[in-house]
Amino acid sequence: MKVKLIDIAHARSGDKGDAGNVGVIAYDEKGFEIIQKYLTTEKVKKHFEGICFGKVERYEMPNIRAINFLLHNTLGGGGTVSLKHDAQGKILASAMLRMELEV
Amino acid sequence: MKEKIRIASGQGFWGDLIEAPYWQVTRGPIDYLVMDYLAEVTMSILQKQKNKNPKFGYARDIPELMKKILPACKKDNIKIITNGGGVNPIACAEEIIAIAKEIGIKGLKVGVVLGDNINDRIDDIISQGCELNNMETGESIVPVKDNLLSANVYFGALPIVDALKKGADIVITGRTTDTGLTLAPMIYEFGWDPKNYDLMAAGTVAGHILECGAQSTGGNFLGDWESIENFAEIGFPIAEAYPSGEVIITKHENTGGRVSFDTVAEQLVYEIGDPKSYITPDCVADFSSIKLEDLGNNRVKVYDVKGQKETDSYKVSCSYSSGYSAIGSLTYSWPKALTKAKRADEILRKRLENLGLQFEEIKTEFIGYNATQGPLSKDLDEDLINEVMLRFAVRSKDKYSVERFGKEIAPLILTGPPSVTGFAGGRPKPSEVVAYWPALIPKKLVEPHVKILELK
Repeated sequence: MKVKLIDIAHARSGDKGDAGNVGVIAYDEKGFEIIQKYLTTEKVKKHFEGICFGKVERYEMPNIRAINFLLHNTLGGGGTVSLKHDAQGKILASAMLRMELEV
Repeated sequence: MKEKIRIASGQGFWGDLIEAPYWQVTRGPIDYLVMDYLAEVTMSILQKQKNKNPKFGYARDIPELMKKILPACKKDNIKIITNGGGVNPIACAEEIIAIAKEIGIKGLKVGVVLGDNINDRIDDIISQGCELNNMETGESIVPVKDNLLSANVYFGALPIVDALKKGADIVITGRTTDTGLTLAPMIYEFGWDPKNYDLMAAGTVAGHILECGAQSTGGNFLGDWESIENFAEIGFPIAEAYPSGEVIITKHENTGGRVSFDTVAEQLVYEIGDPKSYITPDCVADFSSIKLEDLGNNRVKVYDVKGQKETDSYKVSCSYSSGYSAIGSLTYSWPKALTKAKRADEILRKRLENLGLQFEEIKTEFIGYNATQGPLSKDLDEDLINEVMLRFAVRSKDKYSVERFGKEIAPLILTGPPSVTGFAGGRPKPSEVVAYWPALIPKKLVEPHVKILELK
C-alpha cells in the first residue's frame, strides 16, 4: 500500500555548513510507527539523488515523533559560498514530503 | 526568587521583523527581552563598518529600537539581553546610554560582555598549540589566515549571568550563543547551579525554541499553516520559565500566529545534527529527552529535558574573504519559455568563454521550473509553463571576471531569444564572498569579562 509522506507528517529543514538537515515529524503515533519502519537512510538517499552528494545520517526522536536527517554535500558549499538559489536548504523539507512509502 | 519569569524573543536574526520587539514589550507582561542580531558572517560586515568608523561595529537597528522601548522597559522593569554588540559592544552600550540620557531616563546600568573577539590574537593562539583547523573539513587555517575578516568565540550564558549579577538592566554582548541569551536569565533569577546539567539543558532547549523568533509560533510552518490567523502581527515566542526547569512556550494573547505541539516540534528539529548531542558552551543537551505537552490556548509545556557536562572547548566563528560573486536574472515567457531560457543560458556561457573570463563556479537555475527541488520537480509539458526565470550565478577570485559578467545580462534582451523581460536594477555588481570558518578553541585560552556602564 502506498502512503504519501505528506499525509502523515510535516517537516522543517535548515543548514549545517554544507549539509542540509531535515526533521520529519509524524502527526500521530501511527504515523511515527510508519516512518520509523519505512523512512530509512537508503530511501532518503535515493529520494535525494542529484541533490545530496554525500552521506545521509539518520537520528530518531521518538519523544516528539520525529526523525532527523543530515544530508551532506547538499548546499553547494553552504552559506555564503554557495551559488544556489536555495543555499540554506529551506526547501529540502518540502522536497522530502514528496516521498511515497510502500508500507 | 520569582515564581516564574517570562523571557520574550524579539529578533531571530539580523533582518528580522522590526516591529516584533516593540510588540513584545507592549502587548503583555514580560520580564526579559532577548534578541539575536548575528548571523554567521554578520561580524565581517560589522568589522568593515568599524574599519570605516571606530564608533560603529554593532547592529545599527539597536539605537532606534532603544529609543522606542526604553521608557516602557524602565517602567515595567524589563531587562534586555542582546548579542547585537557585534565587534563593538562598548560603542553600542555608550550609544544606548546617550539615548537614555536624551530621553530623560534616570538610573540605567548597561553590562557589556567582552573577550569574544580574538581577531588580533590568531598567531598567538596558534603558537599556544591551538591550530584552529576547520572543524567541518579538518583543513588548516594557514592558507586563509591572512584573509580573515573576523574571529569571535561563542560565549554561553555565564558571562551574561555575571553582568546581571553586577546589576545590569541591559546586557550587550559580542558573539554569544542564542541559547545562552535565554538560559542566562533563568540561572540568574532561580539561582541555578551551572553544574546542574539537566537545568542547563532545559534553559538551552527553551533558547533553541526562541532563537528563530516566529519560526516556533507558526512562521515557516509546514503543518497546518493555512489555518493560522493574523500573520501580519505574528506573536514572537515567550518562554515562561519555572525554577524546576519546566518551561511553557507561549505568546501574547493579542498577537497572531499559533503555539502548538506541531509548531514547537518543527523548531526543535531545526538546524540540529545528532539530537543527543546538542553542544553549547553551557552543556550538551539531549534533544531526544525533551517532552512536549500541548496545554491548549497557545501554551506548550516543555519538560523532562536531560543534559550532560559541557565540553572543554568554545566554538569559534571566523570569516574570511574568498572572492566575488554576482547573480543575474531574466524572465522568459510562453511560448516555449524553458527552451528560450535554456538557449539564453547557452549563449551567455559561450560569450563568457569567448571573453576568456575565469570562474570558480557558474550555476544556472530555472526558477518556476525546477530551481528549488531539482530532480524531484514534476516534469511539465512545456506548453503549460507560463514563464521561467533564468538565474545565472558566478563566483571567482578574479573581481574583473565577475564585473565583466555583469555587463553580459542586459545585452541578452536584444541579442538573444524573445519574450524576455524582468531586467531592472542595472548590472549585477560583484559582491564580496565572505566565507565562514568554524573552529574550536580550548576554553582556558579565552577569558570573558564584564564591564558596566552606568547612567545615574
